[in-house]
Amino acid sequence: MSRIAARFAALKREGRAGLIPFVEACDPDRATTEALLAGFPGAGADLIEIGMPFTDPMADGPTVQRAGQRGLKGGATLGVTLDIVRGFRRKDDATPIVLMGYYNPILSYGVERFCDDAASAGVDGLIVVDLPPEEAEELAVPAGRTKLDLIRLVAPTTHAERLKVVLQGASGFVYYVSITGITGTRTATEEHLREAIPRVRAATDLPVAVGFGVRTPEHAAAVARHADAAVVASALIDTMAANLDEAGRLKPGTIETVLDQVRALAAGVRGARVGRAA
Amino acid sequence: MNKPLPNSLRTGPDERGHFGIFGGRYVAETLMPLILEVERAYEDAKRDPAFDAEFRRLLTHYVGRPSPLWFAERLTAQLGGAQVWFKRDELNHTGAHKINNCIGQILLARRMGKTRIIAETGAGQHGVATATVCALFGLPCTIYMGATDVARQSPNVFRMKLLGAEVKPVISGAATLKDAMNEALRDWVANVADTYYLIGTVAGPHPYPAMVRDFQSVIGTEARAQLDAAAGRLPDVCVAAIGGGSNAMGLFHPFLDDASVRLVGVEAAGHGLDSGQHAASLSRGRPGVLHGNRTYLLQDEHGQILEAHSISAGLDYPGVGPEHSWLHELGRVEYVAVTDTEALEAFQLCTRTEGIIPALEPAHALAQVMKMAPAMDRDAIILMNLCGRGDKDIFTVAEALGVKL
Repeated sequence: MSRIAARFAALKREGRAGLIPFVEACDPDRATTEALLAGFPGAGADLIEIGMPFTDPMADGPTVQRAGQRGLKGGATLGVTLDIVRGFRRKDDATPIVLMGYYNPILSYGVERFCDDAASAGVDGLIVVDLPPEEAEELAVPAGRTKLDLIRLVAPTTHAERLKVVLQGASGFVYYVSITGITGTRTATEEHLREAIPRVRAATDLPVAVGFGVRTPEHAAAVARHADAAVVASALIDTMAANLDEAGRLKPGTIETVLDQVRALAAGVRGARVGRAA
Repeated sequence: MNKPLPNSLRTGPDERGHFGIFGGRYVAETLMPLILEVERAYEDAKRDPAFDAEFRRLLTHYVGRPSPLWFAERLTAQLGGAQVWFKRDELNHTGAHKINNCIGQILLARRMGKTRIIAETGAGQHGVATATVCALFGLPCTIYMGATDVARQSPNVFRMKLLGAEVKPVISGAATLKDAMNEALRDWVANVADTYYLIGTVAGPHPYPAMVRDFQSVIGTEARAQLDAAAGRLPDVCVAAIGGGSNAMGLFHPFLDDASVRLVGVEAAGHGLDSGQHAASLSRGRPGVLHGNRTYLLQDEHGQILEAHSISAGLDYPGVGPEHSWLHELGRVEYVAVTDTEALEAFQLCTRTEGIIPALEPAHALAQVMKMAPAMDRDAIILMNLCGRGDKDIFTVAEALGVKL
């Protein structure tokens, strides 16, 4: 069983949803990313998403855009990102890691070689924002061969007919983009999730994670009441961005502040279904 | 007679929007249903004679088509070789070829029931053309323009505002055309229900490259008929400048299956192809994925997109339309590059010998004509697309020539 499947199976046994914190590789430097990754599982992260910086992130709001620019300045390449994962895996062989990014850097690295290297580094899944199912075959084949889950995205605009196309051959989990918009801008209402998530579930047996606009423990709890995991990105990045010194380095103590934020989000997720029938 | 050649190059793209390996639809899932809707609506419009009739009516009576075909006799004499003919799309309403496409797409947006228009612009020509058709149709529009371009193209910014458009300066990235396109895509993702994205060039996700080409093909179709009437023959060479590549695609497409016609696309070499400061995606880039399509891009070894440079803001883009990438690899079109300096020389020559102030974009095409014409026979014909007028560029040119206005 893959790490992703094992982790979602364990969450199901525990009767709770999971938390997926996001960190942009090398924002603002490699050491920060490594320290956050090392701290995430202990702070309550169930899976981890790592952003692969790209110069032109068309689905991201200003927060993640700037994180990407800092990441590129901080030396992020796909090679470095995989190396960071390799380091993490020496100490943690259970927490699933999903890489999120855009297609061009992967294409430039070489799709086959990237899948080989990512799998051997200990990556479990890939989310490629600008690669819809219609264009995905080139990556889906080597990803399948190397047992990497190619995580499919579903949006509020994905109508019932298209949902079948999107979920055909999906693996790992399904990522529900909870708003029609870019990252870190708006937050979906619980009412929307209550209507939308069952629609996705009706089309797949895979776990459903929700991202875009999940900022607070309360949001995370609302997501956890309906879905299988909550992804939090911009809220964590905002904390980091607010704690940079003039040279663009993270101020002392910030890692701990971010991990505290993850703890609070994890508590939100874990407390969400208390009092409800398991 | 008039039967398509067995291996026609004019039938692309395939049903998924691919020109060979290029093109396609590389967008976030949120946009995919909408992109597919645009495609369905366009396919439907193409089959509707009323849509075409309305498009033709507006081109004739609003844009001022057909644009003239002009034999540049004094320039020809000065170059001492092939005859140079200009397709004068600079005489269109709003001063460039951009309006042809805007007319087509605004009709499509209206047909789709969209009530808000967004667009990206570099030099501001597409922004002005979009703001113009939005004024004509009474639709609100938001134009995204890199903050750098807002600063260097202030007359066009003011024009757009006069026309009622909201101009949003984009400060992300390098604050030029590619960043404006990113920002327009982000706006679209957030406003899918009521908004139509009016892309200005033959790039972006399918169906835009094919649709923009179809609307711009009026250039080549007219020129072909006009030259036939004036000279009774096909041109030997067609030359056009390439940024995203819409004016070139519009000129070339009707000639793609005429093997005797050489097609030459002119990219911006900026400070020189080896200077690292140019916009020559085909000459110096390699295939990748950006802004919804697979095409040649300026990128570093890690697949990060590089900034383009050209004295012409309209050519200052690190990508190129996917059909050009395909034609490049097939070898059907030759892609060459011309520097800022060469374009400036051509700009001045055209102004003084023909009394036409060209935009810096077609000045690149003319610089290539100046290289080719002298070595060709006097009865040979070069057809060049004079795709825009230079009023917008006089400040840039003055600065480059060291003149204080």
